Amino acid sequence: MGKNLNDIRADFPILDQQVNDEPLVYLDNAATTQKPKAVVEALTHYYYNDNANVHRGVHTLAERATEDFEAAREKVRAFINARSTKEVLFTRGTTTSLNWIAASYGEANITVGDEIVISYMEHHSNLVPWQQLALRKQATLKYIKMNADGTLDMADAQQQITDKTKIVAIAQVSNVLGVVNPIKELAKLAHQHGAVMVADGAQSLPNMPVDVQDLDCDFLAFSGHKMLGPTGIGGLYAKEDLLNAMEPIEFGGEMIDFVNLFDSSWSELPWKFEAGTPDISGAIGLGAAIDYLNQFGMAAVQEHEQKLVNYVLPKLLAIDGLTVYGPHDPAKHTGVIAFNLEGLHPHDLATGLDMEGVAVRAGHHCAQPLMKYLNVPATARASFYIYNTKADADRLVDSIVATKEFFKNGTI
Amino acid sequence: MALSKLDNLYRQVILDHSAHPHHHGHLQQATNEIELRNPTCGDVLQLEVAVADGKISDVAFSGDGCTISQASASMMTDAVIGKTPAEAEQMVQVFSEMIIGDKPNLDLTVLGDASILEGVAKFPARIKCATLAWKALNNALTGDDGKGMAHLLSSHEE
Repeated sequence: MGKNLNDIRADFPILDQQVNDEPLVYLDNAATTQKPKAVVEALTHYYYNDNANVHRGVHTLAERATEDFEAAREKVRAFINARSTKEVLFTRGTTTSLNWIAASYGEANITVGDEIVISYMEHHSNLVPWQQLALRKQATLKYIKMNADGTLDMADAQQQITDKTKIVAIAQVSNVLGVVNPIKELAKLAHQHGAVMVADGAQSLPNMPVDVQDLDCDFLAFSGHKMLGPTGIGGLYAKEDLLNAMEPIEFGGEMIDFVNLFDSSWSELPWKFEAGTPDISGAIGLGAAIDYLNQFGMAAVQEHEQKLVNYVLPKLLAIDGLTVYGPHDPAKHTGVIAFNLEGLHPHDLATGLDMEGVAVRAGHHCAQPLMKYLNVPATARASFYIYNTKADADRLVDSIVATKEFFKNGTI
Repeated sequence: MALSKLDNLYRQVILDHSAHPHHHGHLQQATNEIELRNPTCGDVLQLEVAVADGKISDVAFSGDGCTISQASASMMTDAVIGKTPAEAEQMVQVFSEMIIGDKPNLDLTVLGDASILEGVAKFPARIKCATLAWKALNNALTGDDGKGMAHLLSSHEE
């Protein structure tokens, strides 16, 4: 943990470029993060030296590839403090992980009249799989409300979660409001009513220490590409007894034990769920991303981000006509900040910022029910990560002000 | 300062159309109606068209959208009223080719004010904003409910 977070820009070559004749300020990290050299080099090293298929070769390369792939699983296990690598499945990302839970656990355990409880702030990936499961099973989908500042209304959570509830699925960090939801408390509540707790970790794993044993969640889904890793790889944590009871989603090679003409038996955990050749290089790249983050420690990553939020949030709130969604107290806000400028569509605002070299997201952020709840068609969103600086925050604020002036004064 | 490039996109005529859109609202008697969405940015456009005696006699639009999509819709309504559906479809074609920007000698006079949206070609992320109203018109005239158009109007979400 000796490396200093203030001196890592050189590890990210992509950041050193001009966009529209201005130095790039990348603030779309909640969509995907940039990759440090160490991750790109891990992919190259694997393909240049060790590439082979895993778990089935007798030769040396196959042995090396298998070792590296399983070493990456162990890195993920340690990163989230799972009890065993049997509880860590590699998937394509958060969306796949959540769909697997719905398709396997949900399919087997949800029946007519059961309840699935989510919140209004869920990303579509933690909403549509449950909505579709509820439709298939004639179950009831229920939404927990938010408080006025965008935090989850825990009093409403107590109302919504009942003895009929079988699944509670909530994002640990909102990809729009930037709030941290109390997963540990929700898990306790879910367990009191005999339900399982699903945590969407897509926005939390990259930004804070996450300990699945402490949270006592039953499932946790996450994506590698939002935490410096490659696209196409992510993970699903689940408690071992649940995974043992669950049926695989996909069938084929890699996941079988014995195949007879008319029946088969499954491989042991975690491979029972990983049919076909996995994303070997992606897993190795994710392992390298975890190594990179571990140089600083996740507490330092979180602290770095909090300092930036403490710095930028008051400046944003001071811009006349700018609305910030979610809590205005920096202590309750992560580095994901959604906002709108009065009288200007966020898409126009984002184009203005892009002309200034500042990359932000504009749209509904895959959270249409939340946009409806907030009564806005869309928002702009800036999201900070470990390589962002106070200078980046200043560029954001200055560019918003310049764009506002541009549209106020008209043009040509 | 790089914001000056925005002048190519947000010309005064465009800002005027967006601030004071023409033919905004609803028709008494529409013969064709459609609602199209741009899922990337949350834009929604409702378009109502009245065709009488083989010509587009009136058009009205409503919904939510950015400066470019609102201005484009307003300009489109100005341009197509009085045209036959076949002429209007031809205009949609010219508009699409203009926005894609790979045909240098296009005759844009048929588009009226809408030809000023030519500058959008330099802003690839905004092309779908400009084309939404024209695709809606095309779909309204051809009876396509637009559900098959999602791939043309959206790009991938995070």
